[in-house]
Amino acid sequence: MSRWFSKNLIRIYAAIAILYILLPIFYTIAFSFNDADKRNIVWRGFTFEAWLNPCEPIGICESLGNSFKVGITSTIIATLLGTMIAFALGRYNFKGRSTTNLLIFLPMATPEVVLGASLLSMFININVGAGLVAVTIAHIMFCISFVVVTVKARVASLDPKLEEAARDLYANEWETFRRVTLPLVAPGIGAAALLAFALSFDDFIITNFNSGTVNTFPEYVWTASLRGVPPQANVIGTLMFVIALALVFAGQVIGKRKLAKKS
Amino acid sequence: MALIQIRGLRKTFGSVTAVAGITLDIESGEFITLLGPSGSGKTTVLRMIAGFENPDEGVITLGEEEITHLPPFDRDVNTVFQDYALFPHMTIQENVEYGLRTRKVAKAERARQALEAITSVKLAHVADRLPHQLSGGQRQRIALARALVLRPKVLLLDEPLGALDRQLREEMQIELKRIQREAGITFIFVTHDQEEAMRMSDRIVVFNEGRIEQVGTPEEVYERPATRFVAGFLGVSNILEGEASRAVGGSGASISIRPERIRIEPDSYKSSGEESALVGLLTEVAYLGANTIFIIEADAGARISVTKLNQELPSQNVRFATGDRVLAVWRKNHASEISV
Repeated sequence: MSRWFSKNLIRIYAAIAILYILLPIFYTIAFSFNDADKRNIVWRGFTFEAWLNPCEPIGICESLGNSFKVGITSTIIATLLGTMIAFALGRYNFKGRSTTNLLIFLPMATPEVVLGASLLSMFININVGAGLVAVTIAHIMFCISFVVVTVKARVASLDPKLEEAARDLYANEWETFRRVTLPLVAPGIGAAALLAFALSFDDFIITNFNSGTVNTFPEYVWTASLRGVPPQANVIGTLMFVIALALVFAGQVIGKRKLAKKS
Repeated sequence: MALIQIRGLRKTFGSVTAVAGITLDIESGEFITLLGPSGSGKTTVLRMIAGFENPDEGVITLGEEEITHLPPFDRDVNTVFQDYALFPHMTIQENVEYGLRTRKVAKAERARQALEAITSVKLAHVADRLPHQLSGGQRQRIALARALVLRPKVLLLDEPLGALDRQLREEMQIELKRIQREAGITFIFVTHDQEEAMRMSDRIVVFNEGRIEQVGTPEEVYERPATRFVAGFLGVSNILEGEASRAVGGSGASISIRPERIRIEPDSYKSSGEESALVGLLTEVAYLGANTIFIIEADAGARISVTKLNQELPSQNVRFATGDRVLAVWRKNHASEISV
C-alpha cells in the first residue's frame, strides 16, 4: 500500500492540483444551466433558459460589446507598439536601454487602484474625460508592458546567425524580417496578444475608475452582484472559456497539420 | 589578378584589435585555409569578406569590384556557418530554395535546382523534413547545398566541421574536397585544427594575434615555418637558439628542426658535411606504440625531442638507453631558420 502510494505520489499531487484549478470553472459552467431565481447561488434545477436568452438581462450584451471593443483595440495597438519596443530592447544597444528596461516594468508594479485613480484625474485634466476612449488608452498602457516582456524573451532566444544566413542568401533587411525573423518570433507575438486581450477583457479596477457612465462586462457583473448575478453571466463566462480552449486546440492542430504536410 | 585581394585590413572591437592590418591574395578556384588558435582573427577576416563586419581600415576586392562596405546580400559569396544556421521553420527543400527565391528564380526552376543540390549531397530523401529532424552531419550537408546551389564565386566556411564527431569529420573533409574540385569554386575555410588544414588545403594562411604569420602550401608551412609560432602550431618542433644554433654552424638565429627528422647515433659517429649533429645526454625514452620518443639534453644547451617510428619490435630495437652519451643527427636541408 505504502509502496503504491510513494510510486504514485506525483500523480496524486497532480490530480489534486488540477482539480483545485478547474473546480471553479466547473462551477461556472454548471450554474449557467441553473434554473435561478434572483440570486444564482442555490442549485434549483437544470434548464437551458439562460443559454436560449443570453441577452435578456438589461445591459449585459451591451457591456460585453464594450469589452470586446476595448479589448480588441487595445490588444492590436499594444501588441504592435510592444513588439517594436521588444525588438529595440532585445536587439540594439542604445543610450537609456537599461533605464527603459526598468521603466517598462513600472505599470506592472504600480498598484492598480492608485493607477486607476490618477488616470482619471489625468484624463479629466487633459479633457479626454471618462469613457471607452479613456479606458482603451489606459488598457494599451498596461498591456504594453506584458507584451514587451513576452516578446522580448522570444527575441532574445532567436539565433542572430539565422538572420545573418538570410542576408548571406541575398535577402535584404525587409525580406529577412518578413521571411525569417517574424515567423520565428510570431509564436511569442501571438502569445503576447492573447495575454493582452485577456488582461484588458478582465480588467475591473482601472476600468471602473475611467469608464464614466458606460459599462464593460466585468463592471456589469460587479454591479449586478449587488442585486444578484444572472445565470447569463455564467453563460458568457463559459463561452469565453470554450472559445479560449478552442483557440489553443486549433493552434495545436494547425501546428501539427503543418508538420504533417511537410513530412 | 587574384580573385580576392585584401589590402591592409583592420578591425577593432572596443579596445581589442581583432585584425591588425592584413594583406592577402586569394586565387580563383583554390582551397585556402585560415588557420589559427581562437581569437587569432581568422573568423573576423571571414566575416569581413562575407560582409557581416565592417572593417575599420583596408580594402577587399572581389574580381574587379571593391566590396569592402557592401552589405552581405550584394556580394557574390556565400557562407556555411559553424552551427549550420538552417531556418528551423522551413523544410530542407525550402531552406535550399531560399537564396534562389530571393533572387527571383521561377518556382519550378528553383525547385529543380534545389532538389539537384540536395541530391548532390545525397540527401534527397529528407527534402520534406524540418532541420531539427536531421542529424548533425546531415544538417551540415544541407548548409553546404544551400550555399552551393547559388553557384557563388567564393564559398566561405566557418569551422563547418567543428561540431561533428571524428569519423564523420574525416568523411566530410574528403567530401568537401571532392565538391570543391568538381564545382571549381574558391573555398575559404576557417579552422583551428592544423591536421584538417594540412589535409584539405591548397594553401594555408597561419593567423596569430590578428596578424598573418605565414602563407604557403601545407608542405611549405610545415617544412619551412617562417616563425616560431608557425613551427609550434603546425606539429611539434625543436627550436635551437643562441649557442645551440651556432654549434650546428648557424648564424645564431633560431633554427627549427622537426623531431621525426632527427636520428640518434653513438657519440663516436662521424657526421657527413650535409649533416648537423649535437652531442648530449639521453635523458628519457618513452615508448608510445607507433612511435618512441627520445629526449636529449644537448651540451650546447637545448632540449631535443626525437621521434622514431617503430618499424621493428621494441625488444629488437633497443640501441640506446637513458644515460647514454649520444649524437642527435639531421640533414642540414631539413632544418630551417625562423624569425622571432
